[in-house]
Amino acid sequence: MSAPKKFMFVNRKAPYGTVYALESLEVVLISAAFEQDVSLVFADDGVYQLKKGQQTKGIETKNFSPTYRALEGYDVEKLYVERESLEARGLAEEDLIVDVTVLGSAELGALMGEQDVVLSF
Amino acid sequence: MKFGVLINEGPYQHQASDSAYLFCKAALAGGHEIQRVFFYHDGVNNSTRLTEPPQDDRNIVARWSKLAADHGVDLVVCVAAALRRGIKDENLAPGFRISGLGQLVESGIQADRLVVFGD
Repeated sequence: MSAPKKFMFVNRKAPYGTVYALESLEVVLISAAFEQDVSLVFADDGVYQLKKGQQTKGIETKNFSPTYRALEGYDVEKLYVERESLEARGLAEEDLIVDVTVLGSAELGALMGEQDVVLSF
Repeated sequence: MKFGVLINEGPYQHQASDSAYLFCKAALAGGHEIQRVFFYHDGVNNSTRLTEPPQDDRNIVARWSKLAADHGVDLVVCVAAALRRGIKDENLAPGFRISGLGQLVESGIQADRLVVFGD
């Protein structure tokens, strides 16, 4: 098999309300199974995907946030959160359910430039 | 160049499928290769042969089918997203096939560029 490519998944939408976040996570897990170099970015409302204490019973939708904690088991360990998006929503790193690297938008942009494949959901 | 294409939005509601189609046509006309078009999220709704737009409107589904027939473009519909939305083999338009997300990842690996159409 040829050398793995750098796949970056950019998550920009709130976890519920639309199906993007859930279906993005499904591609992430498949990419990991293909042994690619996977990283995730959470920006804009996408930062809410990692918010602690999600309770979805009232909207009769599955709470899939525990899956982010399982990513480590798939060797998906590069999780980046955009600082500006966190701050604009009054959130801090300790509000998130997983360990992440917080980067400014310029640093994130540079990181995107290094990728082979960028998928934005 | 070898392009992979990902479409994340349904037909008529959103321009993603139109733009992707025009991109594919232009790329093929320019001598490039479309390695695969993958339909995900509501994008799977581009593949149902039950679609019947008004006569004075473009037929988005038939347009994709024709692209597949004319150029052998591989049109792949995500199985999990399709089943969620009532898309099955029996209502699939010609030229489309249902398969797994691995086909999208493979497209990212094999193509020189993977181009995403959606929000």
